[in-house]
Amino acid sequence: MSTISPRRGFVALGAIGAATLTLTACVPNAGTGANAQSIAVTASDTACNVEAAEAQSGTITFTVKNDGSKVNEFYVLGSNELTIIGEVENIAPGSSRDLTVQVGPGDYFTSCKPGMIGTGVGQAAFAVTGDAVATTPEEDAVVAQYVGYVKTQTEELVPQVAAFVAAYQAGDDETARQLFPIARINYERIEPTAEQFGDLDPKIDYRKPGAIEEGLPFTGFHRIEQDLWLDEAIANYSTPEKDHYPKDDLKPLTPEERKEIGDQLVADVNELKDEVASPDFTLTLADITEGAKGLLDEVAAPDGKLPGEENEFAHTDLYDFTANVEGAQVAFDTVRGLLEANGGEDLAKQLDERFADMFALLETYGSYDEGFVFYDTVDQQQRNELAAKLTALSEPMSKLTAGVVQG
Amino acid sequence: MMAVEQSAENEKEAGEVDSELLRPSRRGLFGLLGAGAAGLALGGGGGAALASHLAGGSEAPDSGSVPFHGAHQAGIVTPAQDRLHFAAFDMVSGSGREELIALLRDWTSAAERLVRGQEVGTGIEPSNALLPPDDTGEATGLGAGHLTLTFGLGRRLFTGREGASDPDDPFGLRSRLPRAFEPLPSFAFDLLDATQSGGDLCVQACADDPQIAVHAIRNLARIAVGRAHLSWSQLGFGRTASTSRRQDTPRNLFGFKDGTANVMAEDTASLEQHIWAGAEAPEWMRGGSYLVARKIQMTIESWDRASLDEQERIIGRTKREGGPLSGGAEFDQPDFEAAVPAGDTEEPMIDVAAHVRLAHPDHNGGARMLRRGYNYVDGSNGLGQLGAGLFFISFQRDPETFVRVQRSLKPDLLNEYIRHIGSGLWAIPAGVQPGGFIAQALFE
Repeated sequence: MSTISPRRGFVALGAIGAATLTLTACVPNAGTGANAQSIAVTASDTACNVEAAEAQSGTITFTVKNDGSKVNEFYVLGSNELTIIGEVENIAPGSSRDLTVQVGPGDYFTSCKPGMIGTGVGQAAFAVTGDAVATTPEEDAVVAQYVGYVKTQTEELVPQVAAFVAAYQAGDDETARQLFPIARINYERIEPTAEQFGDLDPKIDYRKPGAIEEGLPFTGFHRIEQDLWLDEAIANYSTPEKDHYPKDDLKPLTPEERKEIGDQLVADVNELKDEVASPDFTLTLADITEGAKGLLDEVAAPDGKLPGEENEFAHTDLYDFTANVEGAQVAFDTVRGLLEANGGEDLAKQLDERFADMFALLETYGSYDEGFVFYDTVDQQQRNELAAKLTALSEPMSKLTAGVVQG
Repeated sequence: MMAVEQSAENEKEAGEVDSELLRPSRRGLFGLLGAGAAGLALGGGGGAALASHLAGGSEAPDSGSVPFHGAHQAGIVTPAQDRLHFAAFDMVSGSGREELIALLRDWTSAAERLVRGQEVGTGIEPSNALLPPDDTGEATGLGAGHLTLTFGLGRRLFTGREGASDPDDPFGLRSRLPRAFEPLPSFAFDLLDATQSGGDLCVQACADDPQIAVHAIRNLARIAVGRAHLSWSQLGFGRTASTSRRQDTPRNLFGFKDGTANVMAEDTASLEQHIWAGAEAPEWMRGGSYLVARKIQMTIESWDRASLDEQERIIGRTKREGGPLSGGAEFDQPDFEAAVPAGDTEEPMIDVAAHVRLAHPDHNGGARMLRRGYNYVDGSNGLGQLGAGLFFISFQRDPETFVRVQRSLKPDLLNEYIRHIGSGLWAIPAGVQPGGFIAQALFE
């Protein structure tokens, strides 16, 4: 559990307002509006058609028209497909809204989110060529951008968990086992933020010893995990080194119990989504940078992914591992402009290299789409190599807060 | 550690130094300080004076400091300190020659500070409090504690990894591989654990205080991040060998004196002959040595049930005095020919398979090495047995010396009570000169 750092007096999101947000995703220097480009976007319930797939660096205004029947959102994402460069929400059916961003050369993605929930539709590559753009990022814009990312993740989390729980409650264990690691991805990307909601993380993501320790009922992802991999749990609990583990309730849950525990998880992730969507929800820069470091620490923790304790029955730790690193990478990517503006180019470059190294090694074990190997098949030497790359990344990450936050 | 000035009136002959004072523990130290520091300064100063004489370095300001620079690396003939933290590192995949050189440079700078009892980098208080401190801080105020840091290179730096996707010669060192640097063969009774064996680099940290040794390894590991990664490490205590005539022979966890016939620091001719690599070695290796580490687990519970007669027969020495069973005191030569009449035959006084006989230079073509091992206890297992043993370390001019002795030990009676569970071999380059870095000649 991370502690919430003291607020540094950032303007609450509600006060910024969506309109300002769209303009400040990246703040143009004075006088760069002259060569502004305009690109039309047609959004619907199933598609997201962007008029051009490329543009010159500088100021770009996307005019998004909603031809569908659901309220829509439009996103411009970074090359990792996760960092939000800019977003415009609440585009009512039949109406149009503008999103103005200022972007340097690179690979981007565009995407729409009809109904403002789930993973979105019509994601397409968008290339920007030309010269680098000098920008002076503003702290509240950066914070707003990251808050937008957290919201997006919770919006995607809800339907993923719903699908997982539905399979579990229907007794389709095979499907539920396949969906278990997928349903956790969005949560793992924003874990430190989720932990800010004191009572939610224990209900959603506590492992059994943690729940017992704090006198809480054992619920959430790992309770279902134990039930779906019950044989593994029984075998695991009977080993001498797990002697401290409680041995009760190692019997299959009844359909009624499945319903109760599944419904609660769905309710809890919905509550998380609503908390994050609240106008009162904001973060400080230090929350973001320390959270990024915290995500990496979560991987290495004694009850974390690196030792294979996080999903001790399912052995799907590499999904969580990857998601934690992705979350850290987005947080870094979001504050990068501030880091560089403070003269931290070298640190940014080093972090880029170390993230690339980490992802390259993780890719040798699989992917979300193809599936990752089960972690109990990863031997000690391989785990040591994963640890080496993770440590190599965590060390420069420990300098990020100082590089971003002006003390 | 010592705000204590060494003064002329504290000078004594080395032989008169109370050996207790040569190995002050932290608690003992504070007691001594309370009781008056004269004796302590003498102990620290005496040790440092000897060490600096041996390493050819100059006297460091801190009287508990062993000079880092010299013809040979410190931590070999330095009078064995009481505590060890030994660490093995592997280069991180994707690291090449440039990273290796940068790491050795950074380690050199850090080691120069650590052995003086100074904090690494910018110390424990960075200019910006939002940054983590450079130095981890747990040795601040403890002084130098006779810390020595001895660095070694594993064979894989020269040959690359077998069957790995690495290029054949990732560090551009293949042509610099010394002929003598052959991997250790497997020996009878080996039960080696890959996770406690080998390594591209090794660091032997020895000090009077375990916290100083651990602090050194911890900070060197941090400095290595992204280039090399800790693969395993071992804590040791209670040196099991004396490397100077000024030290009593210590006891191993079998309760016997160990390393009586060691090569001593004062024995310059033997060092040149048996320990330091010479003209047979490539230039970068001359003045260096080879370090063999063997983690030897002892089945001490069974040993403790063996009778005194049996224990002494196995070792070939008496338990209390450490004298050879052929008679005499500890430092008297064992008489391997001595026999007691037993019926029609003659029974050798020192068993044909006694440890002292099989390990003795007389039975190994005169092969001698400088042993510098430590006892260890890694907690205990779920069977009520202590995870105890000997972390054997030896330095020799050619690894073949160790191989020869170890093969001689195949019939050793002691084998019933020991298992070799970890192993490593590293080339220890010559000492570092001021302004230079570890193994610099290797890259020139």
